Amino acid sequence: MTQQNTRQTAGGMNRRDSIKSLAALGVAGGLGGIGLQAKAQTPLTVGVIYVGARDDYGYNQAHAQAAAEAKKLPGIKVVEEENVPETAAVQKTMTGMIAQDGAKLLFPTSFGYFDPHMLAVAAKYPDVRFSHCGGMWTEGKHPKNTGSFFGYIDECQYLNGVVAGHMTKSGKIGFVAAKPIPQVLRNINSFLMGARSVKPGITCNVIFTGDWSMAVKEAEATNSLADLGVDVFTMHVDGPKVVVETAAKRGKMVCGYHASQAKLAPQAYLTGAEWNWLTAYKTIIDAAQTGKPHPNFIRGGLKEGYVKMSAYGPMVTDAAKKQADDTKAKMVAGSFDIFKGPIKDNKGNTVVPAGKTLVQTDLTLESMNYLVEGVIGSI
Amino acid sequence: MRKLLSDLALPAGAIFASLLVFGVFEWLAGVNPIEVWLLLFKGAFGDWYSWQNTLQRAAPLMLTALCVAVPARAGLVIIGGEGALVLGGLACAALPYAVPLPANLAGTFLICAAGAAVGALWIALAGWLRQYRGINETISSLLLAYVAIGLFKHLVEGPLRDPASLNKPSTNTLAEGLRIGGIAGSDVHWGLVLGVAACVILWLWLRWTPSGFAVRVVGGNPRTAQLVGLPASQLIISACAVGGACAGLAGAVEVAAVHTNANASLIAGYGYAGILVSFMARHSPLGIIPVAILFGGFGAAGSLLQRRLGLPDASVLVLQGIAFVLILASEALRGLNWRALLLRRAPA
Repeated sequence: MTQQNTRQTAGGMNRRDSIKSLAALGVAGGLGGIGLQAKAQTPLTVGVIYVGARDDYGYNQAHAQAAAEAKKLPGIKVVEEENVPETAAVQKTMTGMIAQDGAKLLFPTSFGYFDPHMLAVAAKYPDVRFSHCGGMWTEGKHPKNTGSFFGYIDECQYLNGVVAGHMTKSGKIGFVAAKPIPQVLRNINSFLMGARSVKPGITCNVIFTGDWSMAVKEAEATNSLADLGVDVFTMHVDGPKVVVETAAKRGKMVCGYHASQAKLAPQAYLTGAEWNWLTAYKTIIDAAQTGKPHPNFIRGGLKEGYVKMSAYGPMVTDAAKKQADDTKAKMVAGSFDIFKGPIKDNKGNTVVPAGKTLVQTDLTLESMNYLVEGVIGSI
Repeated sequence: MRKLLSDLALPAGAIFASLLVFGVFEWLAGVNPIEVWLLLFKGAFGDWYSWQNTLQRAAPLMLTALCVAVPARAGLVIIGGEGALVLGGLACAALPYAVPLPANLAGTFLICAAGAAVGALWIALAGWLRQYRGINETISSLLLAYVAIGLFKHLVEGPLRDPASLNKPSTNTLAEGLRIGGIAGSDVHWGLVLGVAACVILWLWLRWTPSGFAVRVVGGNPRTAQLVGLPASQLIISACAVGGACAGLAGAVEVAAVHTNANASLIAGYGYAGILVSFMARHSPLGIIPVAILFGGFGAAGSLLQRRLGLPDASVLVLQGIAFVLILASEALRGLNWRALLLRRAPA
């Protein structure tokens, strides 16, 4: 391994240096000469690793879509691997992409890849860049050749809630969730608060299935919520396919998550919270290609183009569209905060006092451990 | 000699045939089969990197396969190794909560022993239920695996959770000194050595010791075993415990060598993959070693196939499936008198 490392390091330094000098020459020579172009065509190999199937209509598909777009960028070669578990297997996939495919930039996209797997491999390959989706890269704690990117998708879940608030007839909306972790709780709370911005009495029933991919439990949860009178659903599981299809079969409406599930139930799909990973991918790839420092910690919401909404379904009313679009415009303008006090949790405790506002970038939001008033369910 | 020859030739022929079938399958899907074969070989055994990749993947499978193989020699079909694995991993991560451990080899030994002990108890429970309550061990061990996973998640997300593990509930991380490191000069951790050693030791035990022989007698015919005065129930439950200890050890090694704490990523299906490995090895502890390496090779090669040809992950599962069926089917050819067959056909 030591030998391999040395080779990697040497190769990497040379390559990055040569890219730098090429870029410098390009600047010096105005538009960059024709002779240079041939040299610059040594492509940057980018590895993308998925924890599930690329066509899961969910988390992995959102990344695969961005990877497919990234393939079209000039000077980029993409290698992909799907269904890679968060075990030694992902470490092997990463080292394989580096040693066998010559990758210089890796996107390990599942949360569990970060610690210990990506950190372990990154320590062995200091000249390869690692960009993880969702992790908390921390200055001084994690190496400079690693980083994390993520999106404030709770903004989209809030907008899902606004549309759901207009469309629900029963005043009961439902959320099928995987695990009660901060990222998920933040989405549930945003969804309900969006709906309550329309009608204050709306409640949201939440069911936790216990894991990211539990098709049978997701179907059961959807059915039992429908039995309770829930008529608009959303979810936070890896593949929303089951929830969307089950809800549609029951004649209920649904707001999507991760990617667009409109195709699965065109008549039931209102709108959806989607990732737009291409924005993050492009920023990181661009830095690697031009030899700029690796972006270690990047986040963004609707404003920055990290997340987006699915197109409205045919049944969404104009009033719903208008309020959602207005709120979205405020979010894009940076004049809207979701977590604005006073906010109480569903046990009656004040979690955000009156007069206090937690802006999107506030790190306390990343350790959320409550469900807000109006959410029926417990952690 | 003749037996050894057919022991080797039949599986080898079956693997060769499955590669052939897989090649045709890929060819029909529009992929050049020669390229597929070359990549399969390169990915699994092509160079030192590939070998390390293969061996790393094979390590946990050896131990989980033993959880099937040892009880099988006592006549049981245990398929709940996954449960013993996750609880073994949990015990390994939880021991430092209960007692202060020296952060050295002795501490590592203790956490691994804790994993093995919990795994042993878990599978022994399935054996006990069978002997004393008449509950089918295949079903009970499988259901116990679900109980184990539920218990694991409850403890990891509740009482044992490291409060700093926000978005991925985990136990506290093991101290550096307790972890299992890599074998010098390679990327493979010592779990591989443990796996191989366990296979060899258990093979020696079953083959050469009186108690190992007694287990095989019970597996062959429990009535006869009782008639000759063997304590059948004890032997069966012990065999379950030994198998469970192996799976529990696998979980402990995964935690101590790979994950550094217990979290849901531990539930990766090694326990279930071990069932296939053991059946393919015809429940021979020694046979498990090459079969586990073969499975590790499938994993390593599948990784390269995906990256180079853009094939879906499912394509390697297809190859695994074909290989599994053909190797089992090849058993039907065992012991055939080829010469007689050929001679009889010849005149016609």
